[in-house]
Amino acid sequence: MEIKKTAVAGTLESSDCMVTIEPSAKGLELDLESAVIRQYGKRIAEVAMETLGRLGVENARVSIVDKGALDCTIKARVECAVMRSAEYEGRIGWGGVIK
Amino acid sequence: MINAVGRDIPEEILEITGKEPFQGNFYKDDKSIVMRGPTIRPVMNNEKSKLVADIREALVKCDAHDGMTVSFHHHFRDGDLIVNMVMKEIHDMGLKDITICATSLGKAHDPLVPMIEDGTITGIESSGVRGKIGEAISKGKLKGLAVMRSHGGRVRALATGEAHVDIAFIGAPTADDYGNLRGIGGKADCGVLSYAIVDGNHADHCVAITDCLVPYPNFPAHISQTKVDYVCVVDEIGIPSKIATGAAKPTTDQRKLLMAQYCTDVVVNTPWFKDGFSYQTGVGGASIASTQYLAEIMRERNIHMGFGVGGLTKAMCQLLDDGMARVMLDVQDFDLDAVRNLKNVNHHRIPAGVYANPLNKGAVVNKLDYVVLASLEVDVHFNCNVVVGSDGMITGAQGGHPDTAQGAKCAIVICPLLQGRIPAICTDVTTVTTPGESIDVVVTDYGVAVNPARQDILQALKEADCVPLKTIEELRDIAYSIVGEPEKVEFEDRVVGIIEARDGTIIDVVRQSKEIPEPVVYKKKASKRKSNG
Repeated sequence: MEIKKTAVAGTLESSDCMVTIEPSAKGLELDLESAVIRQYGKRIAEVAMETLGRLGVENARVSIVDKGALDCTIKARVECAVMRSAEYEGRIGWGGVIK
Repeated sequence: MINAVGRDIPEEILEITGKEPFQGNFYKDDKSIVMRGPTIRPVMNNEKSKLVADIREALVKCDAHDGMTVSFHHHFRDGDLIVNMVMKEIHDMGLKDITICATSLGKAHDPLVPMIEDGTITGIESSGVRGKIGEAISKGKLKGLAVMRSHGGRVRALATGEAHVDIAFIGAPTADDYGNLRGIGGKADCGVLSYAIVDGNHADHCVAITDCLVPYPNFPAHISQTKVDYVCVVDEIGIPSKIATGAAKPTTDQRKLLMAQYCTDVVVNTPWFKDGFSYQTGVGGASIASTQYLAEIMRERNIHMGFGVGGLTKAMCQLLDDGMARVMLDVQDFDLDAVRNLKNVNHHRIPAGVYANPLNKGAVVNKLDYVVLASLEVDVHFNCNVVVGSDGMITGAQGGHPDTAQGAKCAIVICPLLQGRIPAICTDVTTVTTPGESIDVVVTDYGVAVNPARQDILQALKEADCVPLKTIEELRDIAYSIVGEPEKVEFEDRVVGIIEARDGTIIDVVRQSKEIPEPVVYKKKASKRKSNG
């Protein structure tokens, strides 16, 4: 999936996270800030990378500012940001890569 | 050396401090102990005035010097102005290597951080620290060791001479010119001076600071003229609106109300809930709600509380006013209703030592049936942590937690299963501050766990079938199934603080937190094939 433009999903409320995706030509780069980075930093990165992989995103600059979101929330916010940045709105493959 | 709660206390720390590792709650029971008195200068000359022009003069007259220990009480809570005022003067005098021995330090004392950084303050002894000072200690900025003691433990340390105070500064809402101090009658009333009484008894010098000088004698004095060297009048000692930080509105949070209900169900279905029972609770939303639920059942069954104790709130004082409780014993007032309630003849002030000192001939906490507490973390061994956040930063205070938990027949901890993503019920707490042997029941929003050592309580609750009973491991597993198992937080090797058990043994240490420069960057190269697009 190609990242065409910068897009954002999520909020900075507690138990949510804000995901920003920008186009890039240099593979995947994830910047992570988190209120629980010491306890869940690796897990959050893993979930984000997994989700990007599942959506076929290979080149993007991703930044996540996390306020203690659960895995399901992180996944949903990443998916949403990718769809917006790839201009997929309105033709999301429900039941396909988005489960 | 591994202590009785399984924590590794480095030999080096035992050597430096001369302390022993924690060996269980009753290690010092019935053992002989020598108490120590202060070195004082008597006032025999009846022409001597105790009034000083300012804090500088008091410091000079009390022989302020490098390396001394100064003490403070925290009855003004977040509204305290005394600590910063005195420390600024000490800083301006250029004194170094000062140890602060406070009953607690909070956000109001953030301005001390630069003095920690420049070596003015090199030691901190406190019930705990909130705010920026906690962060500074965790980041290794304090040169010496921080020592965390419970309220009872602090009295013990001063009384036995383990801790020695050169100059005590006692903020007093009212004082006369000869040092009779009271917690009421002034501009910034805190009600009681209970935590500072031991400072009066054991500090070498004692300076009263007030913003309301009253005619002699200021009686009945809460701290007597016989303990006070100097009296200093300043413009303002505390900000009244910030003193009453415990003035909690009744909570409408369903999760808290559910836990309050469970907590009350535990109390009324255990054998000590009968006429004359004793009770302590805190200021959290769930604690206050559970006190109100409890009051309803007390009325229904015509059961009266023998005594209530602790930091008091409106909810507890209401029981006294309504005739549902016979006596309140007061060491701290969390709201102005509690301050005003001191007018009730059955509302008594008690010193912190009477309340909780483990090494006197029996403290009030020993007579408690129930105590309701909170905790940042509880682990599957029932150990509690109320000082260090799950991220490894010092962020709370022991207060009377270890004292009351040990003393009470039934110690209940109310703790939501999850705080955001952080599981409050976990495999091992970050730092042990109250040993699991003191904790009997853990109430969460997902169920109630009873310490297996307390089969009597478990049996009573099973028979009553009043709350959803779970094992503590089940509660942890539910938590981890929702948020995932947390990684172990990494620390540096350096020990920055010790947690003293009530009796002065070391129950755990706090290590310097590891610096994590955020954002953390993760990279993955794109695969060789050309991306479609």
